[in-house]
Amino acid sequence: MRAPLVELVGVAKGFGEGEARVQALSDITLSAMPGEVVGLRGPSGSGKSTLLNLVACILEPDAGLLRLAGETVWQGRWAPGDLRALRREKIGFIFQFHNLLPFLDAIDNVALALTLNGVPLAEARRRARDLLDYLQVGKRASAMPAKLSGGEAQRVAIARALANHPRIILADEPTAALDSERAQVVMDLLRRVAREQSATVLVVTHDEKIFSRFDRLIGLRDGRIETETRPSTAEDV
Amino acid sequence: MNLALRDIRHNLGRFLLTCLGLGLLLGVALAMVGIYRGVVEEALSLAHGLRADLWVVEAGSRGPFAEASRIPGDVREAVARLPGVIAAGGVTFQTVEARHAGGPDAAPAPEPGLAEDWVRERLGEAGRQRIGTVLRLQVVGYEPDRPGGPPSIVEGRGIGRGRREMVADRGSGLAPGAMVEMGGVRFRVVGLTARAVSTGGDPVGWITLRDSQELQFRLTPPAARRAQQGGGGGQPQDTVNAVIARLSPHARVEEVAAGIRRWKHFAALTAPEQEVVLTRSVVERARRQIGLFTVVLLLVSAVIVALIVYTLTMDKMREIATLKLIGAPDGSIVALVMQQALMLGAVGFAGGTTLLLAAKDAFPRRVLLGPEDVGSFGLVVFGICLLASLLGVRYALRIEPAQALGG
Ligand SMILES: Nc1ncnc2c1ncn2[C@@H]1O[C@H](COP(=O)(O)OP(=O)(O)OP(=O)(O)O)[C@@H](O)[C@H]1O
Ligand SMILES: [Mg+2]
Repeated sequence: MRAPLVELVGVAKGFGEGEARVQALSDITLSAMPGEVVGLRGPSGSGKSTLLNLVACILEPDAGLLRLAGETVWQGRWAPGDLRALRREKIGFIFQFHNLLPFLDAIDNVALALTLNGVPLAEARRRARDLLDYLQVGKRASAMPAKLSGGEAQRVAIARALANHPRIILADEPTAALDSERAQVVMDLLRRVAREQSATVLVVTHDEKIFSRFDRLIGLRDGRIETETRPSTAEDV
Repeated sequence: MNLALRDIRHNLGRFLLTCLGLGLLLGVALAMVGIYRGVVEEALSLAHGLRADLWVVEAGSRGPFAEASRIPGDVREAVARLPGVIAAGGVTFQTVEARHAGGPDAAPAPEPGLAEDWVRERLGEAGRQRIGTVLRLQVVGYEPDRPGGPPSIVEGRGIGRGRREMVADRGSGLAPGAMVEMGGVRFRVVGLTARAVSTGGDPVGWITLRDSQELQFRLTPPAARRAQQGGGGGQPQDTVNAVIARLSPHARVEEVAAGIRRWKHFAALTAPEQEVVLTRSVVERARRQIGLFTVVLLLVSAVIVALIVYTLTMDKMREIATLKLIGAPDGSIVALVMQQALMLGAVGFAGGTTLLLAAKDAFPRRVLLGPEDVGSFGLVVFGICLLASLLGVRYALRIEPAQALGG
């Protein structure tokens, strides 16, 4: 039996103190298997980004258990070990705003993620170019981020997130800046990566047009899981 | 992939502008170091130039530079007879407002470099135009053939047997052949020295001891003159401010000095003692003033570098958070901040030093900078940049990866 890559049990997260306290997430239990593409939907403020950031180990849970790739990462406190190394090696993060480094051109933004993992620069650039070609932005490899269109920048950012072949890919509204055609392309790509690399993909989205592209769609409301559906039209690419 | 360099290249204009500002500041700080060294150097310049092993002055005084000293001129014979003394000569020192009184149309032969153009412009092409110009001179009277004369003549000749001749420092702007009027007496400039200045930075002029005694007499107000002479006639006395002695290399300076100190009415200072008096007493305040100001400037530079690095880091908050989010270790983030601080310091230092070395001869007083001064200043700047970057480093390390998110 295959083990889940992402596992949350009874996770809660709040912000602030006293009167101003906001309970962003309560009692979240969910798991995602390798190869699975899971969507997170819900109204604004329902806790989607908070959930994603907990999985990315950017935020610390208040309670519960967080397990990634079979290892307990948080239970009462962080497990000993280098969180940043964990993020570097196991997690690929795609931001809502692409967050490319403005002083590096497209190819080096991708190559940087590889060199951080010890890949020599020349090799990193070669692999970065392949990835950009694969994402159909190879022609813009030497452009600075400021000169890229929203869709191009988002695809470069996706290339960066995929560069180290992470097992867990987290994306916060990756298609918000894209037209629906590009959005479909990005979703297809994430599905393909999930299948080919047995990765788990967690995507926060408002975009109803791509709901059908998920294996599973989790609906959040007021920090709780309200619905869980399996869009029947989902098909392999 | 060097992120520090890539970020600088991306914002090159802004970086260079920042470097320019820092360079100017560091240039001023380095100028203060040079001025400091110049003040010390100039304070010792005359004493060194006279090459005295021993100074014999009035008892109870630390003359002739720090305190007034008057002793009879014939002491030189007594000093010269001491064992170990090769030569001794009486010298006088007085600061005189001299007047340029014409001479050949020789253009002034001033300091090399920028100063040359400056003097030409200010004083005109011909010496003639400078008639009447007031010159502040440190006049040294000495006996030709005895110690006390100019260290080396760079143009013209030394003073001969004839009277009313003068060897002047180039810094005065005088040329050989020029006439100088002091106390109603005219002197002809026959030769030039280089870089001979008084402790206050005034150019030195050498005349014979007899001329100088006459000059001293003429410049003394009549009432004081009468008192000095005991109401007597109009002849100057054979008084000198100090007797300087050169010793044989085998003589023990301390012993000779101790011998002189046993004489009533006289005190003796060895060359190192005179140096201490000059730097610790004569220019002490100027030295401390400039030294303190140098330290203040360095502190200001440190604060400014710290602020620049801090703002540079703050501007990169989002990028640094992103780096942390994609797993960059702290080391690479510290390197990013520190390398930028050091590059800033290096470029600013190079710019400031180049600027100052090009401009230092335009200063009215000497700005002295040796390679070791520039070197140690560079080390100080390096240290300042490292220290100042700590604030930025602290800020960078406190950035949360979550700060990369959001709009
Ligand atoms: N850093 C924070 N400090 C305080 N409150 C926070 C913080 N982050 C999120 N919240 C609060 O937690 C709740 C959930 O926020 P979250 O960003 O997860 O919502 P979301 O579902 O992603 O909304 P959106 O669709 O608008 O992005 C909100 O009420 C929000 O105000
Ligand atoms: Mg959100």
